[in-house]
Amino acid sequence: MEAADRKRLLQEMVFARRFEERTAEAYHHRDIGGFLHLYPGQEACAFGVLEQARMGHDYVITGYRDHVHALKCGADPKEVMAELYGKETGSSRGRGGSMHIFDVKNHFMGGYALVGEPYPLAAGLAKGIKMKGTDQIAICFLGDGANNQGTFHETLNMAQLWELPVLFVCENNLYAIGTSLERSTPAHDQYLRAQSYKMEADQVDGQDIDTVMEAAEKAVDFVRSGKGPYFLELMTYRLRGHSMSDSGRGYRSEDEIKQWMERDPIYLFRDRLVEEGVLTADEFEQMDKDAQQHVDDEVIPFAENSPEPDVGDLHKYVLSDDDSCAMGQIAGGGK
Amino acid sequence: MAEIFYWDAVRRAHDEEMANDPLVFAMGEDIGLPGGTYKATQGLFDKYGEERVMDTPISENSYTGIGVGASMIGARPIVEIMSVNFALLATDQIINAAAKIRYMSGGQVGCPVVVRSPGGVAHQLGAQHSGRLEKLFAGTSGLRVVTPAFPVDAYGMLKTAVRCDDPVVILEHEAIYNLKGEVPDEEYFAPLEGARVVREGTDVTLIGYLMSTHWNLAAADKLAEQGISAEVIDLRSLKPIDADTLRTSLAKTHKAVICTEDEAPVGMSAEIMAVLNEQCFFELDAPPVRVTAEDVPIPYNHTLEKAALPDADKIATATQKLLGH
Repeated sequence: MEAADRKRLLQEMVFARRFEERTAEAYHHRDIGGFLHLYPGQEACAFGVLEQARMGHDYVITGYRDHVHALKCGADPKEVMAELYGKETGSSRGRGGSMHIFDVKNHFMGGYALVGEPYPLAAGLAKGIKMKGTDQIAICFLGDGANNQGTFHETLNMAQLWELPVLFVCENNLYAIGTSLERSTPAHDQYLRAQSYKMEADQVDGQDIDTVMEAAEKAVDFVRSGKGPYFLELMTYRLRGHSMSDSGRGYRSEDEIKQWMERDPIYLFRDRLVEEGVLTADEFEQMDKDAQQHVDDEVIPFAENSPEPDVGDLHKYVLSDDDSCAMGQIAGGGK
Repeated sequence: MAEIFYWDAVRRAHDEEMANDPLVFAMGEDIGLPGGTYKATQGLFDKYGEERVMDTPISENSYTGIGVGASMIGARPIVEIMSVNFALLATDQIINAAAKIRYMSGGQVGCPVVVRSPGGVAHQLGAQHSGRLEKLFAGTSGLRVVTPAFPVDAYGMLKTAVRCDDPVVILEHEAIYNLKGEVPDEEYFAPLEGARVVREGTDVTLIGYLMSTHWNLAAADKLAEQGISAEVIDLRSLKPIDADTLRTSLAKTHKAVICTEDEAPVGMSAEIMAVLNEQCFFELDAPPVRVTAEDVPIPYNHTLEKAALPDADKIATATQKLLGH
């Protein structure tokens, strides 16, 4: 990877971190409602994997911790923030909210609030790809908690059986809300569960973006070459609580949190770039300042100043605008 | 116009739509190589292959979700759920996902998926194979819910549903797959909204859908023997209920009997009653009457099963009472 690309990637991660932290602030000011699940600590997962995929070409889907995946797919941060603010200019026109960011033009197919629900949807995207015969792949990001849902087992079974072009990325952050992996399942290694369906699977450090990129390149190539699905488990950690109503303490020791903070993916990557001579410490400071400024000066004002949806449009988007099926008037019908 | 079986009408619609568009595919338990429990996909596995007529493992929620996901990028899946009772396992994908994706994406993407499933009470299948879950789907924003009672609608509605950009739930009935009826020889697309007057009459309007439409028709025969002229309306679509057709009929008869195969509490009959009250009240001479299933899990015993359900006699009796006969 070129030095310039490595710097650009770090810049993207720093921006995502500042974006997320600023949403927490807005949440405390009640500019953002509902639930808010933030991504700090896990950035190397989304950025490392998606850096190896083709954005706008491959399809991406995830759960409710979805802002950063959308940003990496190419969603306009102003529109994502406006969505969190519930504005008409939001990526889902204010109808979705934090847990339902969609950016379909960039093939980001949504965040979903039912744990494990995107597993079959992702396999369905892959089925659609297979029917069209393109070289696209579907990429599904979910946490370890989703793997105790039936959809994990049902979908992995079918995806492997039908050799669907789907990459399942498990961001194993060790906690399903407040219940640890050890207290949720005797099967701690998620990739072994995938292997029980004869699926190609791997487990790597999810804090080191170079490691993630290396594993993701192999995984993406495997799926794109038509060999079937792949399951990539990334060992990671969320530095914040599960959502804004969870401090992230109580069920995790201070020692544990501290240990993982020392493996913050952004600072690990920064230190490596400094070591490689790609970046200076001062340049990083500037990068961080720019990111903060971008959020404060462009993203937040756009969200704040955007209009609310029109109440007259309440029923818009329930069904398609096309009434022809209601009437049985199908174009080309009767031929 | 040929008379064909209901199952064959469904099969023909699959066949034509799959021939028309290579992105149409069917999936479900035993629909491929085994030919389908009710023969609705008979012969299509050989014709279109296993990628388009897919036998699925017994994983209703996830294979339905695969259909939903495929529909989001332009495929046109027809998902068969062998029995509507099993569709309860798939309600996450139907109700939480398919029905809401267009809305919560602000109109960016829809789910043109068709979910077909037979329900109702057949022959002593017991409590867990006699579900009538239409209220669940008809009560969900973002779905279209149709109940074809005759082969012509089973054929025409499935064809329209496949081309419709909305998720469509088609509720069929285990006891009517062998019903015969006329279906046009030429291609036909039935509307997914709107009720139909299936028998004209002047004294009373009998309202139902799916199986209860057939019971209403039999009741109308019995009533005719006693000089009572009953009009029978087949609702065909449960969301929305066609109040205009009901009002037009009631302007003539002024009396309504509602028959549904589900239980009364929070059932479809309650919704139909509300539509009559809100939109047809001034045409009514008397409070509408409903004939519904009893509020019990469907029993296995034949006599008890019969007692739990409406039938033509019960409808005729309720109608006579309403008319003061």
